Amino acid sequence: MAASIAVTANYVLQPPPYALDALEPHMSKQTLEFHWGKHHRAYVDNLKKQVLGTDLEGKPLDHIINKTYNNGDLLPAFNNAAQAWNHEFFWESMKPNGGGKPSGELLALLERDFTSYEKFYEEFNAAAATQFGAGWAWLAYANDKLKVVKTPNAVNPLVLGSFPLLTIDVWEHAYYLDFQNRRPDYIKTFMNNLVSWEAVSARLEAAKVASSSSA
Amino acid sequence: MAIRCVASRKTLAGLKETSSRLIGFRGIQTFTLPDLPYDYGALEPAISGEIMQIHHQKHHQTYVTNYNNALEQLDQAVSKGDASAVVKLQSAIKFNGGGHVNHLIFWKNLAPVKEGGGEPPKGSLGSAIDTHFGSLEGLVKKMSAEGAAVQGSGWVWLGLDKELKKLVVDTTANQDPLVTKGGSLVPLVGIDVWEHAYYLQYKNVRPEYLKNVWKVINWKYASEIYEKECN
Repeated sequence: MAASIAVTANYVLQPPPYALDALEPHMSKQTLEFHWGKHHRAYVDNLKKQVLGTDLEGKPLDHIINKTYNNGDLLPAFNNAAQAWNHEFFWESMKPNGGGKPSGELLALLERDFTSYEKFYEEFNAAAATQFGAGWAWLAYANDKLKVVKTPNAVNPLVLGSFPLLTIDVWEHAYYLDFQNRRPDYIKTFMNNLVSWEAVSARLEAAKVASSSSA
Repeated sequence: MAIRCVASRKTLAGLKETSSRLIGFRGIQTFTLPDLPYDYGALEPAISGEIMQIHHQKHHQTYVTNYNNALEQLDQAVSKGDASAVVKLQSAIKFNGGGHVNHLIFWKNLAPVKEGGGEPPKGSLGSAIDTHFGSLEGLVKKMSAEGAAVQGSGWVWLGLDKELKKLVVDTTANQDPLVTKGGSLVPLVGIDVWEHAYYLQYKNVRPEYLKNVWKVINWKYASEIYEKECN
């Protein structure tokens, strides 16, 4: 089972690590106000209500996610728990003036596992574009390999046994105000202008440590 | 080998609105996006003209385009006897074919107020609703609650179970048509709860969209389907 990394919020709505208008013009302040201020906030608030008085109350978020994933036969609190986790991870996957190509070890690993950064870019784009309905696309790490994964609704790689490194939210609420139906434009903008490779590298380091200590 | 004729557009023009056309030598039936029977702005203020235009011209059109592509690929795979390819295409067919089917119903489920949108159902459907749900308000409350509870993307439906001869409320995920929940289910009213159906106007407040959409629901169409299936 993958160890919990990066996001350890205990049902607290953490603000993104930048002002709500800091990602403009690539992701509007209005989007952040709704996406973080309403959607993400609701997942956190509703999770708190949902676990109150149950044996999930007070447990760490990743514990709740794994328990309620229930091998795919989702229990009621999964949606709110996983979405609370996913959104905090998403904000931290972005930064102002982000995007472009990574460097150093991360680039070397992407080139190793995808043959080139361009191939990774294509594969990540395709996963994000073809996740039908609501969901997420991820760069994940497992068995010393990087891979691209797409998941429906609230599912994330934690429950699939891998360490998430990067995510893009492809629920329509993530891009509709800025891009309407044009999901491919949103994905390109995310890759070219928003990705925080620093965050991804830090998560990769944590993942390597976590997986070698459990080996 | 049988030779199939490609029908000319003039021949097709005489047929009733089928939103389909024949292409190619094998005569695969593919689809086109039908026009809406009302202006984009005609459902305001319940649903904005902006939403209606994007929903119809972009989302529904994309389902039609992708469905046609999947059908053409399916035809090739079938004629080559490529079973793996046929099976692999099933999800694209379900997503996009389902999207086309569902939206065809949805546009008919809606009508401007001045054309009867929002007018309660009369006749046999009205009575059946009272029998099964206590009242129209009871049905509306149930469908709105179930629509609000759909996680991710999907639809909430009022359907007729042809075999059991009763009305049912159910939801489907993504673009799954109602028939995927039961072979004898006939959709009467479907409400799209994908975020694209309401986001520009109602943002995250899906319950508000569900409260207002009833003002433009075309119960006349639902009654027609119900009466047809019951006779």
